[in-house]
Amino acid sequence: MAQPASFKYVSRKRRVREDRRFVSGQATFVSDVTPAGTLHAAVVTSPYACARIAAIDASEALAMPGVHLVVGGQDLAAATDPLLVGVDAPLVIRYPLAVDRARYAGEWVAAVVADSRALAEDAREKIRIDYEPLPFLLDGEAAYKADSTPVHPDHGSNVLLDKRFVWGDVDEAFAAAPHKGAYRVKWGRSATVPIETFGVVASWDPWREMLDVWASIQMPKFADQIARALRMPLNGVRVHQDVDVGGSYGVKRGIKHAVLAGYLSRRLSRPVKLIEDRLENMCGGDMHGPERVFDVELAFDGAGLVHAMRMRALDNVGAYAGRSPLQLGKPVGSIVGPYRIGAVAYHAIAVTTNKTPQEAVRGFGQSPTNYAIETGIDRVAEALALDRLEVRRRNFIRAEEFPYLIPSGTTYDSGDYHTVVAKTLDRLGWEALVAERDRLRTTGQLAGIGVASCLEPSGGNSSFEPLLNTKNTTTTWMESCRIMVDALGAITLTIHTTSSGQGHETLAATVAGEVLQIDPDRIRVVRATSLESLPSNSPVGSRMAIMLGGAVHHAAGQVRDKLIAIAAHRLGAPASALRYRDGGVEHPASGRAMEWIDLATIAHRHFHLLPPGMAPGLAFDHILQVPTGLELPTPDGRVQMYPCFSFEFHVVLVAIDPEIGKPQIRRYVIGHDCGTVINPDIVRGMTLGGIAHGIGAALLEEFAYDGEGQLVAQSFMDYLLPSAHEVPEVEIVHHVTPSPNTVLGQKGSGESGYLGAPAALSSAINDAVRPLGIRFEVLPMRISAIGDAIAEAVRRQETSKGASR
Amino acid sequence: MRVELSVNGRTVAVDVEPRRTLLDCLREDVGLDGTHAGCEHGVCGACTILLDGEPVRSCLMLAVQGDGHAITTIEGLSPGPGELSVLQDAFCETHGLQCGYCTPGMILAGQALLARTLSPSRAEIVEAISGNICRCTGYGQIVEAIALAAQRLRAANRKAGGA
Repeated sequence: MAQPASFKYVSRKRRVREDRRFVSGQATFVSDVTPAGTLHAAVVTSPYACARIAAIDASEALAMPGVHLVVGGQDLAAATDPLLVGVDAPLVIRYPLAVDRARYAGEWVAAVVADSRALAEDAREKIRIDYEPLPFLLDGEAAYKADSTPVHPDHGSNVLLDKRFVWGDVDEAFAAAPHKGAYRVKWGRSATVPIETFGVVASWDPWREMLDVWASIQMPKFADQIARALRMPLNGVRVHQDVDVGGSYGVKRGIKHAVLAGYLSRRLSRPVKLIEDRLENMCGGDMHGPERVFDVELAFDGAGLVHAMRMRALDNVGAYAGRSPLQLGKPVGSIVGPYRIGAVAYHAIAVTTNKTPQEAVRGFGQSPTNYAIETGIDRVAEALALDRLEVRRRNFIRAEEFPYLIPSGTTYDSGDYHTVVAKTLDRLGWEALVAERDRLRTTGQLAGIGVASCLEPSGGNSSFEPLLNTKNTTTTWMESCRIMVDALGAITLTIHTTSSGQGHETLAATVAGEVLQIDPDRIRVVRATSLESLPSNSPVGSRMAIMLGGAVHHAAGQVRDKLIAIAAHRLGAPASALRYRDGGVEHPASGRAMEWIDLATIAHRHFHLLPPGMAPGLAFDHILQVPTGLELPTPDGRVQMYPCFSFEFHVVLVAIDPEIGKPQIRRYVIGHDCGTVINPDIVRGMTLGGIAHGIGAALLEEFAYDGEGQLVAQSFMDYLLPSAHEVPEVEIVHHVTPSPNTVLGQKGSGESGYLGAPAALSSAINDAVRPLGIRFEVLPMRISAIGDAIAEAVRRQETSKGASR
Repeated sequence: MRVELSVNGRTVAVDVEPRRTLLDCLREDVGLDGTHAGCEHGVCGACTILLDGEPVRSCLMLAVQGDGHAITTIEGLSPGPGELSVLQDAFCETHGLQCGYCTPGMILAGQALLARTLSPSRAEIVEAISGNICRCTGYGQIVEAIALAAQRLRAANRKAGGA
């Protein structure tokens, strides 16, 4: 593995090549794609949390000029197959449109296609749907009870997943431990909420028998799922992956959108465009995130060392399954966080309710779990009156202990947590920060310091799938690159996925440039359609630096090796005596050399000069399997989850005006170690953006429901996204512990910041209100909740003071 | 209704329904799709344009209300094909974006600020973009981009003044 200092392009400040098209308004988002003859769709949504759909009367809508088609769930279900379910629950059947029963307010019930979107919206007002409202269920714990009314009667209960794992001697450790602590924390229902909603254009060509799809997606095996649902061969679906995606961070799966648009296009033999408006997106976009209750017990000793943990996590995943229950599985791969906790019992429960379904959200369930673990570490310190930092230091895995096997079967690749913490504290001046907190406290404000240390599992294998669903035996989770050097010597890389802001073109060019020692700016990067693509699993699980970077590295290495082989033949010297430099090949012993263009010319035009048996051209494909997680889980539920583990350490100072309750972030510092950084600006942006997102999840964002099952946070007036006023200046302290599992030592960073920010803010606010004798154990900690709790505590203190006088 | 819009210094006549938003009109009738729909209720700022130099939400305006006003969209900032304005270039230099969806509105909000002052404080920059939501960046590199563009424009003015 190369040492970072020796890199020519990797880790250097380089512009992100994608940026030019975005700053000039020249990007191509899905809403910018309008093939000739495009029609526009709108959906009619259920006003009830649960209702039988008795009848759909579209006659008035269909009589309007310019209205082409109205379909309901029964039409769709007759012609398509249900969408895939991630867990073993085959009777939790889901189609893009509700069939006979609507299971949440906002669920799509019918779709209308017209000449324009405005006309489609007019027409949907004329569609008469007879509903018979049914009882509904919103609470996750209530849904877990055996006598709860199932959201899916055929499934027989509301339980989608109910798995218990025990890794190590948990009961023994609890029996032996001098101290035990139990707590409950709740993670509120929020999501990534990209500024661009979901959208799709599907265009069926009956003469070529091809369904072309342009979509705003970040979805592994997207074309597969469309083909399966539409009962088409996979080579009859062509997904255009050069569509720019306006943010995703996990949620842009878009299967139901694409299946519906594909079906409508096939019915009409016209392109059909479906772009959600914000209301459709918030209620029926099926993109809410985890809503999780944690009950945790820790067994620890007087020194603050945590020996065992029991964790029960119950997630209310909403009305349908999809892959969302699997978000309880990924955290298994770092269930002890950065700590040496020797034994763990984990009980993972996912239940259905009459809420909007969940989708993958940045970190795939990891950030809630990190929040639960970090709350516990703070509680241990509090119980023993120890310093929170010291408790973390004592429990951290030490640098010399890597690779480190955790109880649930995953081996952490590398890390140096003590050094990252020390560097960060050194930079921020811990003593001065404590002094500043204490000074703030003398001014009548509440002030607290929050700390959180956590891991970002990265590299994205799918081992949580077979772990939670034994019928799923997938162990392959590859990523690919094609490299071609043309007859004039120019390099073109082909990548096989959409991007939603991660800078994959820059990543690929930088890595190929590093291997070939050629300026990355001279390397073209293009995207194949799904039909032309090598296997890809898209940018999920913080995997592209590792997986796309790895595939590019290997593909470019094959080009380099071939150039050396050609030169060896021409120069009459063994390859081992040659040196590759800046695109040419030298023979130091003789002083002779061959240039890049000469070698490319031989490969393309001079077969007679090639070594015997060598194929012409300079083109290679590399399909890279994920570096670890090659085996199915063991019967006792041990599994190697992701290959790489990035580390982050957050410190935040918060001040709260007790009259208002609004937390003000006074200082935010994060120590971050994601191994070798490929592009510093990209990694920095991911981390800053992740923290902003975490601030939203901790303080502002929640898909709140009223007692009637109506989503009340339907707009950006109610679902509050952090603005520039809420997000502070963040200082990043950078550290590099290379991964032994990757080509350049790189790890993932796509979820950085988000994975620890909510825990850090909770820690800070609880530090601030501790003198009042109260705690916050539910996210988001809204201003109103903080203000009310402080007022109540102050009242209580004053009353008791009065009583004692 | 027939409306004459002045967009990026060019007069465009369009025939629109009275209910058509300026955003939809710019994207679909004028053919400038660099302006984006985000929330369509005036919160996120993705649809920001300049109307007589001031940033406004094109999703909250009707096309017919644009008649007679000077409209600038993101496409109007580039000095020429393939060329970036100082502010656009600064966004590239600091990587003040990721997915790019909010970026046109964000840049136009910054442009309006730089038209008022070339010495904005951090607080002024934050205030200027506080009506534009970015979900990717956490705003840090956006603030840096606007500060960098201001610095470069000040330097260019000094040079021009000295020459």
